[in-house]
Amino acid sequence: MIENKKSIYKTVMMILLLLVSLLFIFPFYWIITGAFKMQKVAIQMPPQWFPLDPTWANFTELFINPAGKWFFNSVFMSVMSMVLVLITAAMAGYVLAKKQFTGQAIVFGLIVAAMALPKQVVLVPLVRIMNSTGLYNSAWAVILPAVGWPFGVFLMKQYCQTIPSEILDAARIDGSNEWMTFVRIVTPIIKPAYGALAIFTFIATWNDYFLQLVMLQSRSKLTIALGVATLQAEMATNYGVIMAGAALGALPIVTIFLLFQKNFASGITMGAVKG
Amino acid sequence: MRLKTNKYGVSHAVQRQTDRTSYLFLLPMMLFFLGFVIVPMGMGLFTSFFNYTMSSFDFIGLRNYSELLRDTKFLRSFRNTFFLVAVSVPTVAIFSIWVSSLIYDKSPWVTSTFRGIFYLPVVTGTVAVVVVWKWIFDKYAGILNYVFVNMGVIEKNMDWLGDKKTAIWCIIAILFTTSIGQPIVLYISALANIDSSILEAAEVDGAGKFRVFWQIKWPSIMPTTLYVVVITTINSFQCFALIQLLTSGGPVYSTSTIMYYLYTNAFSLFRYGYANAMGMVLALIIGFFSFLQFKFIKSDMDY
Repeated sequence: MIENKKSIYKTVMMILLLLVSLLFIFPFYWIITGAFKMQKVAIQMPPQWFPLDPTWANFTELFINPAGKWFFNSVFMSVMSMVLVLITAAMAGYVLAKKQFTGQAIVFGLIVAAMALPKQVVLVPLVRIMNSTGLYNSAWAVILPAVGWPFGVFLMKQYCQTIPSEILDAARIDGSNEWMTFVRIVTPIIKPAYGALAIFTFIATWNDYFLQLVMLQSRSKLTIALGVATLQAEMATNYGVIMAGAALGALPIVTIFLLFQKNFASGITMGAVKG
Repeated sequence: MRLKTNKYGVSHAVQRQTDRTSYLFLLPMMLFFLGFVIVPMGMGLFTSFFNYTMSSFDFIGLRNYSELLRDTKFLRSFRNTFFLVAVSVPTVAIFSIWVSSLIYDKSPWVTSTFRGIFYLPVVTGTVAVVVVWKWIFDKYAGILNYVFVNMGVIEKNMDWLGDKKTAIWCIIAILFTTSIGQPIVLYISALANIDSSILEAAEVDGAGKFRVFWQIKWPSIMPTTLYVVVITTINSFQCFALIQLLTSGGPVYSTSTIMYYLYTNAFSLFRYGYANAMGMVLALIIGFFSFLQFKFIKSDMDY
């Protein structure tokens, strides 16, 4: 009797969860199918639940806009910040975890304090800095602040703390200099952290709409996210083209996420450890 | 002769050597960190005491801050922001605990599929999420009105985003879908880390599901809950893109947030000093919540 009641409860809950998941998937279904709907089909009522007459016209119009260029800009910014973050964060994280140097507490304190503050509040002065250095409206105006954000250092420091000091001492006794120790011994050990941080930085830069919005202006410099937002402002209800843009912007990132879901989940939990 | 040593118990010569290496390793990161985080933060604080616009830069002391207290649009945005936080934090926490407890002990395939579904809105990015919701909410071409009218929930098409009463709830709904991904990931790993022998022992003793949850699971995931509350609070405080893309703060500032109002002041009205004063207030509030997090969450916590 009790067993029976339990399993009914479980089944009801699972059905509820499935329904909620469908609600979560629906917007993505709507983006993808919308991308293949002609304008008059996109706004017709009752709606077409599936594009009966699929068209590539939206993508053609999108690439005139120039979404290809936007896509390339997004890739460039995300890859550059990813590479720079990996290099700088790993080096800094390693010494913060494994060395005892003068001023260490101050450096780490600054990093933690900066992480506690919302990064958006520095945007107004950042625009000013980019203006005076002539970097405004260039990809670097997005890349450099992304590299400055110390989350990666924090994550790397956490991970480097798990390296046994004996290994590092042994290397030193064998005559390995600091740089060689870092490259040959530390780097292979912290590979999982590199993986998590790489995906994390790539996705964060790709999706940092606010930073892109205040830094980029001319049409050819936009990112795919910013470009789609611009199209939405210009075209209002031309939903087909806008969905095509949204699909194009989401596609690479969803692919990366699905391929590396495991690293990503571990990255989130790693970053959460020891706030 | 005895070598002079410092607090780390190493000689000064060795310490100098360590310092030099450490600084070299830190240098690349510090250049970016100082140049693009610390310096702008200092500039933001400094210029918040100035009447700083395109054409002027005059020291006015705390007058930007006192203006904030009298600015009804700012106070409106301030209230809206707190409302967003007050609604989204408990709903996000409860919903993610519910989802996570249903899926954490299923087969890895099931767990990661559901986790992926709920994480999807975070990954695809705000812009993609917002443009499709804008379409769904559209008064004439939106599927929401079609479904609701046919189900008899509403009588005629509603202007969801243009109505003062509904617009903020649309924002809350979308913010919710983009906020639960990370908490679910965290809860799944927290629940999976609970010692299963304790759970089994409780079941053998005849403890019901309800009691097992409140007496064993709930206390064990408490640190995660605290963390989730803090990150959701901080994220909701910073809500910007949703507002800018969906409602532009309207109608009549009913959906404006601190971050959105800051943006309009800086980039439409070019009142940089005033915007930076707002930023400092926001930083103070968020800093307070982060401080709570550091205080509550013990440094040896592990997921």
